[in-house]
Amino acid sequence: MIEIERLTKAYGGTTVVDEVSFTVERGSITVVVGTSGSGKSTLLRMINRLVEPSAGRVRIDGRDTAKEPAHLLRRRIGYVIQGNGLFPHRTVAQNVATVPRLLGWDETRIAVRVRELLELLQLDPRDYADKFPHQLSGGQQQRVGVARALAAEPAVVLMDEPFGALDPIIRAKAQQDLLEVRRRYGTTVVVVTHDMDEAFRLGDRVAVMSRGRVLQYDRPAALLTRPADPFVTQLTGVADRALRLLSLRRAAEVATASSPSDPPIGNTARVREDASLRDVLSELLWSGSPAAAVVDAEGRTLGWLTVAAILAQARAS
Amino acid sequence: MARVGAALKFAALAALATFLVVPQRFASLFAPLNPSGAPPIYDQGNLLALALAHLGIVCLAAVASAVVAVTLGILVTRDRGARFLPLSRTLVGFGQTFPPVAVLALAVPLVGFGEKPTLIALFAYGLLPVFENTVAGLKAVPAEPLDAARGMGMSASERLRSVELPLALPMILEGVRLSVVINVGTATIGSTVAAKGLGEVIIAGLLSNNDAFVLQGGLATGLIAVLLYEAIGVLERRVCRTSRIA
Repeated sequence: MIEIERLTKAYGGTTVVDEVSFTVERGSITVVVGTSGSGKSTLLRMINRLVEPSAGRVRIDGRDTAKEPAHLLRRRIGYVIQGNGLFPHRTVAQNVATVPRLLGWDETRIAVRVRELLELLQLDPRDYADKFPHQLSGGQQQRVGVARALAAEPAVVLMDEPFGALDPIIRAKAQQDLLEVRRRYGTTVVVVTHDMDEAFRLGDRVAVMSRGRVLQYDRPAALLTRPADPFVTQLTGVADRALRLLSLRRAAEVATASSPSDPPIGNTARVREDASLRDVLSELLWSGSPAAAVVDAEGRTLGWLTVAAILAQARAS
Repeated sequence: MARVGAALKFAALAALATFLVVPQRFASLFAPLNPSGAPPIYDQGNLLALALAHLGIVCLAAVASAVVAVTLGILVTRDRGARFLPLSRTLVGFGQTFPPVAVLALAVPLVGFGEKPTLIALFAYGLLPVFENTVAGLKAVPAEPLDAARGMGMSASERLRSVELPLALPMILEGVRLSVVINVGTATIGSTVAAKGLGEVIIAGLLSNNDAFVLQGGLATGLIAVLLYEAIGVLERRVCRTSRIA
């Protein structure tokens, strides 16, 4: 858990981050979103004290971060930056092992951990452990960056525009990886981005920042249905907000157990339980079927979704 | 081309080695230069011993100026040392522009004749390339790995040791290479203050009007410089290859 209390950074007369307070629950992903110059990166860098706060306090799992040497604090916090920042003169395995080495882990433990992480991020250790960063694609480099941040089993990971340099397909994959990491290790993650879509896709909660202040800290759906500030509305967009809202709900959450009164024969669409309502609606519109069967990974039908049921979820209130 | 180059370098090395060990083999080659009947090959000392002494002085001076210049380069690229960069540049530049002969003249009354004044002159003369390349190499380290290193909890000295210096190493070595090559030639003036070296051959030639001696001293010095340049280049490429940086 990260508790941020009235955190402030001022350079000379300019206040870059202005009394920001919010709490990130253990095991959740918080996305800080804002335009450039909103202070979002500075806020993130104050959590691991790459930037020393002018005022205010950060507590991680109850411990005040100001009370220990900054470099020791940072070894407990994973850190991923845009453009990955891998060490070009070190192999993939050496890069991933950076923090465990700093912490003095023994070689066997480091080797086991490096293997585990490379496998988790689908980089076969036999092929990739001894490669140098410049021999990898952008997406692979980014995954090594994530593996390196996770190496010493940090409870908290900070990510500064981690997927900004990736093309859309690789980015979607990287976002999936992050959700998988969180699910597997229960890591608390703070991500900074300027990409609202990314914020909606990843965030359990989203903090919208502008001019050093957090305008709203809320669940993604609430940013759409109860925006606290006109800027929030502007950032989330008005034209497709109904569709955005649908994209936040999973098919399994809304599916009804009973089949529709007039089960369509022959052309029933089948959708996965973790598909978003937006995707289900799109599938229904495309196939022309009035209802879709929601199925689990083994193909068993869990329930049903109709166009009407989906549309009801897209209304503002 | 690469094979022709390698063959040439090998030939140069072989010629140099032969000349230093059995110089008389080359007597007929140099004979036309001194028709007066004076000896065609330097005979006032062992050429190999002179060459080794010459190399020894150059290497000692190179190590000393590399240690000082790299240390200084590191200091002035730290946040706290940045304001000393202009001053250090001036000092090191002065070492390069102040003529080594003048350094010798000033040093002899202080430390006496022999190797010492030569070492001082070469040390001062060799600082600049190493210093400038160290500064340039450290400043060229990309920001992202450094930010990542800080963010992962490396202390300043760990960052220097594990990220900055390895990434700047090829540039630093290039500076050392330049400094060494310049000083192989410059070291010949040490013989004017009685330091052992190939300069003796040249000076003996000048004193006795023997062009053959002058040419022998010059050629041996030049070949050593070229071969050292190549040798350090090989080392540099090896370092780059293991650290995979271009």
